[in-house]
Amino acid sequence: MTDQTEFRAALLDARQPVPDGLLDGHGGGAGKRFSVYRNNVAVSLTEALQTGFPVLRKLLGLGNFDQLAGLYLRAHPPASPLMMHYGAQMPAFLEGFAPLQHIGYLPDIARLELAIRASYHAADADPMDAAKLAAIPAETLSTARLQFAPALKLVRSPWPLFDIWRFNSEAGAPKPQAVPQPVLITRPEFDPIPAPLTLAEAECLAALLEGVRLDHALAAATGPLDLTDLLSRLVRGQAITDIQT
Amino acid sequence: MLDRSPRFDQLPAMPGIGYKPQHFADIMEDARPVTWLEIHAENYMGDGGRPLAQLRALSERFPISVHGVGLSIGGAGALDTEHLARLKHLCGWLQPASFSEHLAWSTHGAEFLNDLLPLPYTDATLARVAAHIDQVQDTLGRKMLLENPSSYLAFAESTWEETEFLAELTRRTGCGLLLDINNVFISATNLGTSPQAYIDAYPLDAVGEIHLGGHDEDEDSEGRPLLIDSHGREIADPVWALLDYTLARCGAKPVLVEWDTDVPDWPVLAAEACRAATALDRIAAAQ
Repeated sequence: MTDQTEFRAALLDARQPVPDGLLDGHGGGAGKRFSVYRNNVAVSLTEALQTGFPVLRKLLGLGNFDQLAGLYLRAHPPASPLMMHYGAQMPAFLEGFAPLQHIGYLPDIARLELAIRASYHAADADPMDAAKLAAIPAETLSTARLQFAPALKLVRSPWPLFDIWRFNSEAGAPKPQAVPQPVLITRPEFDPIPAPLTLAEAECLAALLEGVRLDHALAAATGPLDLTDLLSRLVRGQAITDIQT
Repeated sequence: MLDRSPRFDQLPAMPGIGYKPQHFADIMEDARPVTWLEIHAENYMGDGGRPLAQLRALSERFPISVHGVGLSIGGAGALDTEHLARLKHLCGWLQPASFSEHLAWSTHGAEFLNDLLPLPYTDATLARVAAHIDQVQDTLGRKMLLENPSSYLAFAESTWEETEFLAELTRRTGCGLLLDINNVFISATNLGTSPQAYIDAYPLDAVGEIHLGGHDEDEDSEGRPLLIDSHGREIADPVWALLDYTLARCGAKPVLVEWDTDVPDWPVLAAEACRAATALDRIAAAQ
């Protein structure tokens, strides 16, 4: 009797013996043939992580990334057949992974890559007409609340996150500057577009995403910011779906 | 999205292809000789964006086969009802021409192992798989097709031949079968049996679709051939010969070319589909 619990244990841990009762069809035990399944599981999950975290992979190097993936997939096998969501624990895994703690921005890079993927698969939404937003008087606008497209994502970070991401995903991108750089992701059509924010802009947008009034969201920012510019970037990114005045 | 009535209610007995997003423009421009498409259900369970937009556009033009790879019908535990609900939602709005899944398990507890894992062919497995198929067909309100696996090993405890096991499942549940001819060739080579004898014993009347795909060649620790179901290259000549052998016995069926890793440009896939079209034409001419 070979039960699935025993099979699964041997699948993810090559030190476990091959389960009894498995045959090679030629009168012998399955032996090395069991490795086909071990290999399929490890390779397919590693490939899913390679696809999902291209910048993390570039930062670590291909060999190092695959080693990390081998540890991750055993610690966190997928919790669902929706492989588009696989890797959600990568930021926390990196935070707890001692050999890489000297590269402090890696968890935020993983968060950014997860957010880009989430934006790509997010529900479609009809953006608000830019003219309608422009027609709202300033005093009405200041107490309004905004509604956002599900594809809008904000990744807060004390690192120059956007520059690090761009430097490792676009040829000829400038070297990262030593400034905090949270990232705004909008999806005007089907492709998510990351863009840098200032800390103050991220604080304000985080408040807006929680449904706070515009004037209160502005007050939540700890530094100066150009609200008109932030709103026009959100409009261009088709990220605002409605406004409640 | 509201459920709609199906635009295409069955797969044509012609060549189809496993859809990959990089071929969207090629397919919309000129898909010949491909007349229908198959998608992996789990890739279209996001909330929106390009995958669903492409699928909506394709479904206006082509019959679609929804092929699940994550339901774990052979799993020892209960079916994942959340996942079943996602399949129901997808089949509801898409109204595909066909739905199929695998004779395999892939989920253990809360873990999804992302591979099609093997089952012993026993009375207990039969009862469990039959109950799961009943649950799927009741939930989706449609007949499903069940695909034969590619085997790298066998279970000492098995008491059923795979062909008899599949035939009994069709009798108990009313499900149809998806006959993967590459899997037949792989399993027969790996386990030292005859692929033609498998086809002779297989319940061909229940076949709703045929799969073809490429495999890799390795060997086991005794130096015997060990074929791996990779879907990463051209279909091997003996698999094409086994297709001819099968079609001569069951007549024309929808024939799908699968290519899932190292996916080539569209013309390479179209050439494989042309070869399938030629095999189907030969059968039509002979009958």
